Amino acid sequence: MSIEVQHISKHFGSFTALQDVSLRVDTGELVALLGPSGSGKTTLLRIISGLEAPDAGSGQILLHEEDVSKQHVGRRRVGFVFQHYALFRHMTVFKNVAFGMRVRPRRERPSRKEIREKVDQLLKLVQLDWLAHRYPAQLSGGQRQRVALARALAIEPKVLLLDEPFGALDAKTRQELRRWLRRLHRELHVTSVLVTHDQEEALEVADRVVIMNAGRIEQTGTPEEVFHKPASEFVMNFLGHVNIFHGRVEGDKAILGPLEIQYAGQYQASTRPARGLVRPYDLDLELRSNGKPGFRATVRHINSAGPRVKVELTAASGEPVHVELPHDRFQALKLVPGAEVFVVPRDINVFIDEG
Amino acid sequence: MQEEQRVSDGRVVVGAPRGATTEPWPVRGLLIVVAMLFVGLFLIAPLAAVFVQAFSEGVRVYWGSLHTPDTRAAIKLTLLTVVIAVPANLVFGVAASWAVAKFEFIGKSLLTTLIDLPFAVSPVISGLIYVIFFGIHGYLGPWLARHDIQVVFAVPGIVLATVFVTFPFVARELIPLMQAQGTEEEEAALSLGAGGWQTFFRVTLPNIKWGLLYGVILCNARAMGEFGAVSVISGHIRGLTNTMPLHVEILYNEYNFAGAFAVASLLTVLALVTLVLKSFAEWKFKAGLKST
Repeated sequence: MSIEVQHISKHFGSFTALQDVSLRVDTGELVALLGPSGSGKTTLLRIISGLEAPDAGSGQILLHEEDVSKQHVGRRRVGFVFQHYALFRHMTVFKNVAFGMRVRPRRERPSRKEIREKVDQLLKLVQLDWLAHRYPAQLSGGQRQRVALARALAIEPKVLLLDEPFGALDAKTRQELRRWLRRLHRELHVTSVLVTHDQEEALEVADRVVIMNAGRIEQTGTPEEVFHKPASEFVMNFLGHVNIFHGRVEGDKAILGPLEIQYAGQYQASTRPARGLVRPYDLDLELRSNGKPGFRATVRHINSAGPRVKVELTAASGEPVHVELPHDRFQALKLVPGAEVFVVPRDINVFIDEG
Repeated sequence: MQEEQRVSDGRVVVGAPRGATTEPWPVRGLLIVVAMLFVGLFLIAPLAAVFVQAFSEGVRVYWGSLHTPDTRAAIKLTLLTVVIAVPANLVFGVAASWAVAKFEFIGKSLLTTLIDLPFAVSPVISGLIYVIFFGIHGYLGPWLARHDIQVVFAVPGIVLATVFVTFPFVARELIPLMQAQGTEEEEAALSLGAGGWQTFFRVTLPNIKWGLLYGVILCNARAMGEFGAVSVISGHIRGLTNTMPLHVEILYNEYNFAGAFAVASLLTVLALVTLVLKSFAEWKFKAGLKST
């Protein structure tokens, strides 16, 4: 079952939550909507589900090529998983999962036996069959969210929509559930959209990532594409730590803070403001210049606890610079705070201001 | 708190350092005694006096004064008023809190303020409002008179005044509760295919039931005991428009102390029952809040 979002806009009073957003999710895909808070990702998810209505006359939502824009949320058959679980607190786990089947009109309602079998099967799927008679308050956060997922799956949804499902959990549980969700998706193959503000989660779980900012889609692509070929400064900045060097592009050169590099771009005729973005692990340190473009800097602070050694430096021109080195490289350099080194970028993304 | 923990640990240490929020025992003892004396003098003694006075001329007189036609009419009228006013305010209270807690609309803060109005206005004024409105010299009076409908100095007026006075109890109890619970569970129910009524009866109502019961009990207590507003609008017609509190006043003014206190004792028993129910509902309500 595919999802198609066509030219959807949404305003809350004077606030623009979504501006002419279009998006296609293919059958069986798991797509992550990633962005900072207020970027419109949750609003988009709620509009797909029907919990929120888009601005009048702004566009359409298609589920499996069928226009559902006018359909009530209950008729769309979408499984919605909420950030804070939204389990029915006065019902047991069993009753929570059975709810979607029990509220169906009598003609369509499965028999008691069928409901019991289906619930048992779903609780086994989320590995919680031994908790069927507990109440939500007696479960841990991770267990509650798995119950919520089983409840959403009980209506045999056409699509599964997850609104920051792991946002309220601790880091370790989040990791576990992420892998578990990936596995579950491979088994069930239900078209899914996951909203998250955690870039690591999006890159790890999703087939495709949609990066949103201020009510618009900045970039859509596989995790590899968005990570290695960021379409905009925002995307690169959002997907991890970066060093930003402010400067300009002039002829075939880019002068970015302390750095001067060759730049073959489309604005060669004129001078334009630009910024160079470099990830900390794309900066190498040398004890002396080796002829490659780079700049002088002084080591300020070293933190070697972690998979990479984090080195904080100050460029000769005064800017702070963050570098991450592999441990063996760090040991070969014998760095100490106060040492004078040469910083050499291996990869740099230059973004020029549109004029 | 610290004290209790020490005991439950089984490590009762004499002269152990006190917690910052406890006091030495003479201070605590003195405060408790003062509080108890105060409660005894101003609450328990008068309460006991009601029953002592009611039975002062014996059980037979007590029984007899409860069985006069006027007293029975007053009890019936009070019950009738309660039976109409409480369900009316139950429905209104749930509807208003549902609207205020779960939706955004223009005039919401005005509605919240208006719900509190009956608490802010003196009950006597509330009664007067209805007299001015429905009375023979009032705005709607002539029209009502022409259609032979009597509101003031009749049962409809008493019911209206009681509904007005007890209007905020349920809504005030439910609005904060429903606001705290948010709308996520309702949204989940809707997304699972439940209709509006199914969502209300299966999700919303079970979540608010103890708060609702608490509000209804308070509403009920006030509906039975309301004096001021009803006094203005009822006209004190014996056997016709006298509720129990009004009847107590009449009997008392006639120096029929045993009768007055007998009816008063009934109201007191009702109040005590209400208190017990209220504590029960409160206890359940708090347990329910904890599980959110």
